[in-house]
Formats: sequence, structure tokens, C-alpha cells
Amino acid sequence: METSTLVWLLPVPPLLAFFLIIFLTNRSKRLSHTLGILGALLSFIGSMVIMVLAFQSGHLGEHPFTSVINWFPTGDTWFQIGVWVDPLTVATLFFVAWTVLMIFIYSVGYQNFGQPKGDHDAPGLPPHGATVEDEHGHKHRVPSIEPLYSRFFAFISLFAFGMYVLVVSNNLLTLFVGWEIMGLCSYLLIGFWYAKPSARAAAIKAFLTTRVGDVVMLLGLVYLYSLAGSLSYNVIFSEETLHLLTSTSTPILGVSAAVIIGIFLFVGTIGKSAQWPLHVWLPDAMEGPTPVSAMIHAATMVSAGVYLVIRVFPIISAGMVHGEPTLTMNIMAFIGAFTGLFAATIAVAQNDVKRVLAYSTISQLGYMIAAIGIGAYVAAAFHLFTHAFFKALLFLGSGSVIHGVEHGVLHTGEDIDPQDMFNMGGLRKKMPITFWTFLIGGLALSGFPFLTAGFWSKDEILADAFAHSSWIVLIVLALAALLTAFYTMRQITLTFLGKPRTESAEHAVESKWTMTLPLIFLAGFAIVAGWPGIPLDFPVIGGFIPNFIHEFVGETLAEHPEAITFNWFPLLISLGVSLGGLFLGWFVYRDIPAGAPDPLKKALGPVYKILQNKYYFDELYDFIFVRPAYWISRTFTYLWLDRKIIDGILHFIARVTFSIGGILRNYIDKPIVNGFGDFVGESVKRIGRSARYIQTGRVQQYMVMALIIAFGTLFYYLFFLSQP
Amino acid sequence: MISLSYFLVFAAALFCIGLYGVLARKNAIAILMGIELMLNAVVINLIAFWRFRNFENITGQAFAVIVFAIAAAEVAVGLALFIAIYRRRHTIAADEIDLLKW
Amino acid sequence: MTVMQVIFLITAVVTLGGAVMVVTVRNLIHAALWLILALFGVAVMYTLLSAPFFTVVQIVIYIGAIAILMIFAIMLTKRVKQDSGSSVNKGWWLAGLMALVLFTALVWMFSTWSGFQTPLPELPSDVDYIKVLGTALVSPSAYVLPFEIASVLLLAALIGSVAVAWEGKS
Repeated sequence: METSTLVWLLPVPPLLAFFLIIFLTNRSKRLSHTLGILGALLSFIGSMVIMVLAFQSGHLGEHPFTSVINWFPTGDTWFQIGVWVDPLTVATLFFVAWTVLMIFIYSVGYQNFGQPKGDHDAPGLPPHGATVEDEHGHKHRVPSIEPLYSRFFAFISLFAFGMYVLVVSNNLLTLFVGWEIMGLCSYLLIGFWYAKPSARAAAIKAFLTTRVGDVVMLLGLVYLYSLAGSLSYNVIFSEETLHLLTSTSTPILGVSAAVIIGIFLFVGTIGKSAQWPLHVWLPDAMEGPTPVSAMIHAATMVSAGVYLVIRVFPIISAGMVHGEPTLTMNIMAFIGAFTGLFAATIAVAQNDVKRVLAYSTISQLGYMIAAIGIGAYVAAAFHLFTHAFFKALLFLGSGSVIHGVEHGVLHTGEDIDPQDMFNMGGLRKKMPITFWTFLIGGLALSGFPFLTAGFWSKDEILADAFAHSSWIVLIVLALAALLTAFYTMRQITLTFLGKPRTESAEHAVESKWTMTLPLIFLAGFAIVAGWPGIPLDFPVIGGFIPNFIHEFVGETLAEHPEAITFNWFPLLISLGVSLGGLFLGWFVYRDIPAGAPDPLKKALGPVYKILQNKYYFDELYDFIFVRPAYWISRTFTYLWLDRKIIDGILHFIARVTFSIGGILRNYIDKPIVNGFGDFVGESVKRIGRSARYIQTGRVQQYMVMALIIAFGTLFYYLFFLSQP
Repeated sequence: MISLSYFLVFAAALFCIGLYGVLARKNAIAILMGIELMLNAVVINLIAFWRFRNFENITGQAFAVIVFAIAAAEVAVGLALFIAIYRRRHTIAADEIDLLKW
Repeated sequence: MTVMQVIFLITAVVTLGGAVMVVTVRNLIHAALWLILALFGVAVMYTLLSAPFFTVVQIVIYIGAIAILMIFAIMLTKRVKQDSGSSVNKGWWLAGLMALVLFTALVWMFSTWSGFQTPLPELPSDVDYIKVLGTALVSPSAYVLPFEIASVLLLAALIGSVAVAWEGKS
């Protein structure tokens, strides 16, 4: 089979799995998850094959695997869509395929396959446990299977399809199609437990917030198409098109079209990757089941936003003069760095284990965007690559922790929030595999030196910032890294170290192999994935392995980026912030007993409250946007326009019609029509009443009358008619 | 000299007297007598026309014979009817037999 | 005035007078008797018209059968009150008027006719008109069919009147 045909087939298995699950295997949970995993597995194998072929081909950047078909006619030509595999695609396919497959396998265990049906589990609510009796008649409660099990696998298969479409597409339109499919699945999966009002609200919030970004992005796509005549990569990234874009000036502040398009596309990323100011949906999206959080909101969908800006980097950086960043890049650097620090500060004050990770994701995405903003193309791609692995690992690990504590809750019957870190503690002993993998993931996130992947990618970004002399970005990102390490260690300490703070934590158990096996795999990647990116001139270890990432991914750009020369300063900063943050986190939280408040509360005072309430952005948006929208729809449109004006018009027309009808009836129908009919009948009666007296019954009178008439006629005939 | 006119006028007078009797008399048998007078006037007419205008052809007389027969039959049936009515209504005054009155 | 004319006049007066009495008299037996007189007068007219057969037939059938039958019927339907009360009904004046109008109209119509004053032609003396009449009534090329049908009619009338006036055993 040709390589490009294989690429076309990559998105197909999850799509088939989706349709088959919906139409055929909805009732059988085993068949559904088998189909789902089979779909993910087939795409995974295909991706690995593509990767091998890509390495073999050499110069993939100049000669990507590509294939196009005609889609719809546009005047004289056709709009073409197709597939495109260049080094960036290969790198993205690698982490997408691995994380998707691992998360599919994890979902089998997470959704409690094999467990009995719950006592009063209803579709749309999270499973609440089943009561089983053992042979001694002891009743105890165990986790129950998710009622909508098959639906879950159908949705995540559809989602995987969307992501694959986005990654292998060769033009921005099908990328947008995949983007939107993932948005839909995000909505469906955040609101998976649709009977919970908070889940419904979160799903709508996610969809609408990303919609804001999507609309602006679509405008950008339209503008790009109108200027360039195509949306295919080979056209829009060509020299001529880039030149055209930079030379066309727009009426908005006189900036070039490239800047406008770049900014608009970036707004799409702001929505999709939850950057400030459109960050509000991602923490609420934690309402969905944890595999959803892992896949969509850590590894793939939010990464799609960063993938987009990396992909359109030629447009964003078009017009760079002597390495001076363009306006778009400056905006990106600002928003990325700001979001990185902003989200990290909020994460410090969160108690829910998944919320911390959500804000952490927002912060790390800000890192990547800031990296693009300062022109560090390879570093951004590298961080995207490593982040997918350890963030997915962390989310899956948190899901395992929650399952463990829930098991304890079911066992003891305690009424506590199983997701609150202050109800955990000492889980290191109860859930060892989860602990070790989570620790590896957390260290990677914090940038623990040398061993973890996160260190290499983060260090690369800081080094790039230093080399490009972007001092503000450097300082902000370093601060964010410090806070990242701090809250990560806070999380690990509160959850796993120390002593259990509640009964449920006492009774937590390790999760099944379907959940821990993916954790182990991902942990392996969290360690290893950084090594292909070690800079060549790094002291001591540089040079053992070629800087594969830089060579391979860098090929994607037309101009191969230069490797940064090594400098001690950024390395020291990296080491300092990560180790320092880790130590601080452990130190502050190492001995929190049950029921004790967060030590930061006293330390920060009123600031803590602001941080815990996320700088009150949700309340602000509610006031500015949500409430007016409700007012417009409820009062203005519904009450005034619809009920009063439109209905008023209709009622008025009805009243007029009724009165016309009444007039017609009373003045025309009754007197004239009825009257005429009545008149005829009445006249006949009256004539009959008077004329009947002719009929006397006496024959002689009849004869007389006959004779009179006969004589009269004869008379008339003889004397009048026959006169000559 | 007797001309046809004598007989025609005579027959007309007899006919009209009979007509008066038919239309004016109450008793049904009196009406029947009036009818007899009318029929006789007709036959007189017929024979007169035979005698004065067309005596070669015996058709006039044959016609008159048939009229005689008819008259006889009619009187018989009529009187039978009167008898039957008299039995039922105990009257044969024509203006008392008015069942078809309004 | 010839003899014929005188005889005609006398006969006409008698007949018409009798006829007037028929339609005027209250007592029905008297009316029947006046009818017989009128019928006699008509019989004489037939003789004047050289139709002696009809004279005899008139007397035998009309007077002998029909008038007598009427007398029977009168006697069978007698009521005590019959001789009292009016002999004519309410609209007698209209009937009289009609008769008068008809007479006037008839006479006037006849008088405009050209053949009104046809004189009496001579009859051939060798023809026996009774014989001719008899032959015509039974000859198939003449009037046997009406003759036979008249017989059937008489039969039907006979049966009919018996059926109508029949009084079942009560």
C-alpha cells in the first residue's frame, strides 16, 4: 500500500468504531470497548508505521508524504483536500497515537468494567456504588459500572477521529473540521453525566467559550482564503503567498494581512488552548470523567491549539526583519507568558486534585505559546511533545487516586469529596504504582533535572528566551516554573505523603491493571521522551544522542532554525526554580494533619482568597456577558418581541378577523342569505295556505273551472291569435 | 224548407241545457240526466250531418250506433257507482261528496 | 211554412221544454219523466232526419232501458230530505252563464260556416239504409271492429257495474 493511502486511512478506524458502537453494539459493554480499543490500536499501528517510513525517507521536510483529492468545484478549479505528513506531523502523530491508546485502555478500568450494576445508578449520573453480599452475609459497597459505558467509548472514538483528521490534514479547512469535531466531542464528554446540572453548565460554558475563539479563527481562515486563493499548506506557506500576505495592508491600524490573519488564527488557539482571557472553561471541564480530562484537556485537544500555531508559524513569523519578532509574535509572547504565570498562581490555591492539574495545563500551554512568540519553533514543538505524555500521565494518575479514595468512601460510607486533596494523604503506601508514576509525572512537570522529559523541553524554552534576549518572557516563565514546581510538590505531598487524613484514605486500594498499565507506559515516556532533544553542546551529556528533535522537527520549516549555543545562565535558572520549588512545596505541606487549614491561607492572607476564586474572572464574565445575554433572550426577545409584539400582532389580526366574521354573519349571512331562504319557504307556505281553498273536492266546481279556462283559451285563440 | 241550421241550433240548445244540468244540479242522478241530454244532442248532430251532407257514406250512422252503445254502458256503470256511494255515505248530492277537499 | 217545418218546430219546443224541466224540477221522479218526454221528442227528430232505425233504438234503449234504470236508481237512493232544499248547488248562476256563453258561441260559429244553410237533399229511394247500416256494422272492410269492441265494452260495463254495486253477505 502506498504511504499516502495509509495516511488517508489513519482517521478511519476510530470513526468506524464510533458508528459501529452507536448502531450495533450499544448494548454490549464488552463489544463496545473492544471496538473502541481496536480502533485506537489500528490507528496507533498505522501511525507507528508512518513514523518508521518517515524516518526512512529522509528530507521529509522538503518532500512530505502528501496526497490530494478534489473536493468541491470552485469556479474553474477545484477546492482540494488531502493528507500531509511532514516531521511536525510525525512528532504529533507519535504522541497522539500513544496517549489515545493508553487512555482508551485506561477507560476500561476507570469506567469500572466488570463491576456489578449500581444500586440506584441512573443514566446520566456518575455511578454510586453497588451493594454486594459475600458468603457470610456481610454487605459492603463496591464501585459500580458506568451505565452509559458504550456511549463513552463511542464518543471518545469520535474524538480520536477528529484529532487524527486534524493532524494529518494538508489544509486549514479540514484542520478546522477536525477542530470542530473535537469541540463537539468535548461538549458531549464534559456533559457526559448529563443529569448533573454542574456538568451541563460546564459543557455549555466550554462550548461557548471555545466558540468565541472559533468564530474569529474562521474569519481569519476566510480572509486568508480570499487573499491566497487556497488553504493548503503547500500554497499558503510558499514564498509568494507569504510575500503577498505581508505586503497587503489592511485598514486596521495599517498592519499587514499576515499580522491580521496570524492574530485571528491565534485567537482560535486562545479559545481552544484555554489561554487568558478565554481560560474559564477548562477548570470547569473537569466535571467530565477523568479519561476525558486526560485526553481532551491535556494531551490532544488543547494541544491542537498549540499545534495550529506551530503549523502556521510561517504566517505568524512572516515579515520578521533581522530576527525582530512580528506584532503577532509579540502578542503571543505576552499572552502566553501572562497566562503561564496567571494560571500558576491560581493553581497554588486549589484544593481539588483535578483543578490543580487543569490550571497547570493552562500554564504549560502558555509556555508553549510564549515559546512560539519568541520564535522558538523547535522548543515549542518539543514541549508540546513531552507535555502530552506527562500531563496525560498526571491526569490518569489523579483518576486512579480518585478511584482509590472512592473505594474507601464506599467502604466506610463517609460523606466526603473524594477529589479534595485535603481528604487524602498517605496514599503512597496504599497505591504504590500510582504513587511512583504520579511522582515521575510530577517531577517531569516541574522540570526535575536531567532525568525527566519536562526538564529538557522547559530548559530549551528558557534557553531560547535568553538567547533571543526576551528578558521579560524569561523572568515571567521562570517565575511560573517556580510556582509550577511548588504546587506540583504540594499536590504530591498532600495526596501521597504523610498520614491519611480521613477514613476513606485509610481504606484506599490500588487500581486494576487496566488503569495502572497505561500509567507505567506513560511514565516511561515521561522519562525518556526528553532525551532525543538534548542539545548537542550540552556539557557532558550532549552529543551522546543526536539532537533528534531539533534535526527532525526543524526540517519542517523552510529555513532550518539554528541551534542555540549553550549558555550556563538559563540552565542555572532552570535548576534553581525547579529544585527550589519542589523543596518549598514539600517543606510547607509535609505535615498537614487532618482538618488543618491550608498554611498558605495564613501566609498570603486576603490574596489567598483572590487566588482560590480564580481572580473572580468567572464572576466578571458572568456580569459582563452572561447576564446581559440572559436578559436579551429572556426579557427583550422573549417577553417584549415575541410575546408582546409578535403575539400582539397575531392576536390583533385574529380579533379583526373575528369581528369581520361577526359582521358578515350578522349583517349579510343571517338577514340576506338566510332571509332569502326563509322568505321563499314562507311565501310558498302562505300561497299554499290561501290557494288550497280552490280544492273543494266538488267535481262540478272543477268542471266549471275547466270549462272557463277551456272557453277562455278557445276564445283567445279564435279571436286574437288567428286574426289575419 | 228545413236546412241544416235548424237541427244544428236545436242540437246546440239541447247540449247547453244538458251542460247546465250537469254543472248546476246537486243530485248525482240529475247530473246523469243532463249527460244523457248532452249525448242525445251529439247524436242528433251526427245524424243531421249524415242526412244533409254525406248520406252516401253510412259512416255517420255507424258512428251514432256506437255512441248509443257507449251511452248505455256509461249510464249503467254510473248508476252502479251511485248505488255504491249511496250505501257508503247515505247521500248522492254532489256537493256533499268532497273527500278530496283541502 | 211547410209541413216539415211545423212538425220540426213543435217537436223542438216539446223537446227543449222537456229538457229545461229536467234540469229544473226538484222532484227527481218528475225529472225522470220529463226526461222521457225529451227523449221522445228526440226520437221524432230522428224520423224527420230519415233515420227510422234510430227512432226505434232511441225508444227501446234510451227510454226503455236507460230512463227506467234511472228511475230504479232514484228509488234506491231516496232520502226524505231530497225533495226539500235547493235542487241546484251554489254556483248555478255560473253554470247558467257558461251554458249561455257556449250556446252563443256555437251558434255564432256555425253561422259563419258556409255549409250552415245546406238544404235537405233527396235521398235515393232504392237504398235501404237500415240494410246498409247492418252490412257496414258486420263487414270486415267496414265497421266490424268498432262494433265488436263496443260489445266488449258493454260486457265490461256489465261486469263492472255488477262488481261495483255488489253487496257482499253482511
